[in-house]
Formats: sequence, C-alpha cells, structure tokens
Amino acid sequence: MSKNRAKLEIKGISDNIGLARVTVASFAAQLDFTLSEIEEIKVATSEAVSNAIIHGYGEGEGSIQITLELQGEELIIIVEDYGVGIEDIEQACEPDYTTADRMGLGLVFIDSFMDQVDIESQLEQGTKIKMVKSPEKSKKKAK
Amino acid sequence: MEMEMERVETNLIVRISGDLDLHTVPALRKQIEARLDREVGIKNLILNLKGVDFVDSAGIGFIIGRYKRISKHGGQLRVVNIKESINKVFKLSGVLKIADIFSDEAEALQAV
Repeated sequence: MSKNRAKLEIKGISDNIGLARVTVASFAAQLDFTLSEIEEIKVATSEAVSNAIIHGYGEGEGSIQITLELQGEELIIIVEDYGVGIEDIEQACEPDYTTADRMGLGLVFIDSFMDQVDIESQLEQGTKIKMVKSPEKSKKKAK
Repeated sequence: MEMEMERVETNLIVRISGDLDLHTVPALRKQIEARLDREVGIKNLILNLKGVDFVDSAGIGFIIGRYKRISKHGGQLRVVNIKESINKVFKLSGVLKIADIFSDEAEALQAV
C-alpha cells in the first residue's frame, strides 16, 4: 500500500497551468497508470486549475492550492481556490455551461476522465474540486 | 508555443507546436483572426497539429471558434496530424464530427 502526499501552491494565473499538470502527472506516475491515463489526469488537472483561474478569480488574482495524495492504488487530487465561488454547481456541470471560449467542456472532461469528482463551493469563500482516479490495471487485479 | 501560417490558394494552413490550453490559446486566436481579417479570399482552414501533445477544453474551444468563423462563409475546417495523446478530447468534444481529419497537409489540400 503506497502512501504519499504533496502540496503545490501557485498564483492563479494561466502561466502556471502547465506547471500544475506536469507536477500532477509526475506525482501520478508513482502508480501503475498507462500513458493514456496520465494524459487524462493532465487534462483533468488543467481543467480544474483553469476553472479556478477563470471562475474563482476572474480578472483578479489569488492563489490556488493543489494537494496530491496516494492512498493505496488511488490518486487523489484536490484543487482549491479562495475566490468568488460557484453559485449553482449543478448548472456548472452541464455540458452547455459556456464561459468565454471554453465551451463548457471543462467539467465534462473532468467527469469523463476521473473515477470520482466532488465539488464544494461557497460564495465568496472559494471552490474545492476533489478528483480521484485509480489505474485500470489495479482495478482489474482487484476483481 | 510556436505557430506558422501559410496561404495556399484559398486555404490557410496553420502549423502549431506546443500545448493548447488557457495560457496559449489567446495569442493563437489573435494571430489567426488578424490574418483572416486582413486577407480576402481565405475559405478553408487547415490546422496542422503535428507538434501538439496536449489539448484541453480551451484548445477545443479555440478550434470550434475558428470552425464557426470559417463555416459561416461556406469554408471547411480540416485538421491534420491528431496525435493519439489528444485524440480522446477530440472524440469526447464532438470536434471529429464537424472537422475533416487528414493524415497530412497534401491530403487535406487535395480534398478541396
């Protein structure tokens, strides 16, 4: 049973999205993920961090905290901002929830690529997205 | 992120290298839109993604946005060299339904 934990705090600007996804991918590589699964984790991370930048801080600036955990065969990624929060999480999860040029696909990708997604948000407090994924290989072994 | 554009008759070929995300897309969009605004007679857009290893929803939004502009005037969007690593987001987003996919630029140009 592997256990590990890391934290990354970044300024909520788009320059740091690449850093966030490469860091998460590197951490995730401790488990037996395929390259395709690592790509999915990178997309989900990119979406969560982009959401925090756009919806959390808009034109303003703030920090984003990314917590990474390995619990057994599970990778847990928590992306947290301290911005304006999301008023209606259910609406934000709809595929046609459109902001700027991102076509509302961000949360659809997260939902498709991760095994489990939980979003908590409070107005003027911020948003926390928790994403969990296990390697397919380990799921097959467990069966 | 690097981009080069080449005009071949009524086609604008755009070759992109790097990641397509929230950070890189605004500059790409600006350059392509400026070229489309400036030049008369561009009908089709050929996006060569040979050097693109990563695309997220911002990148997909960028591609759909250019498709909307080109298709308004009867043009087509053709995408060349979609790597395996980015194919899944293309499938999931529905881009494969609106864009014609080719394995190289010559093939995409011949399809006119």
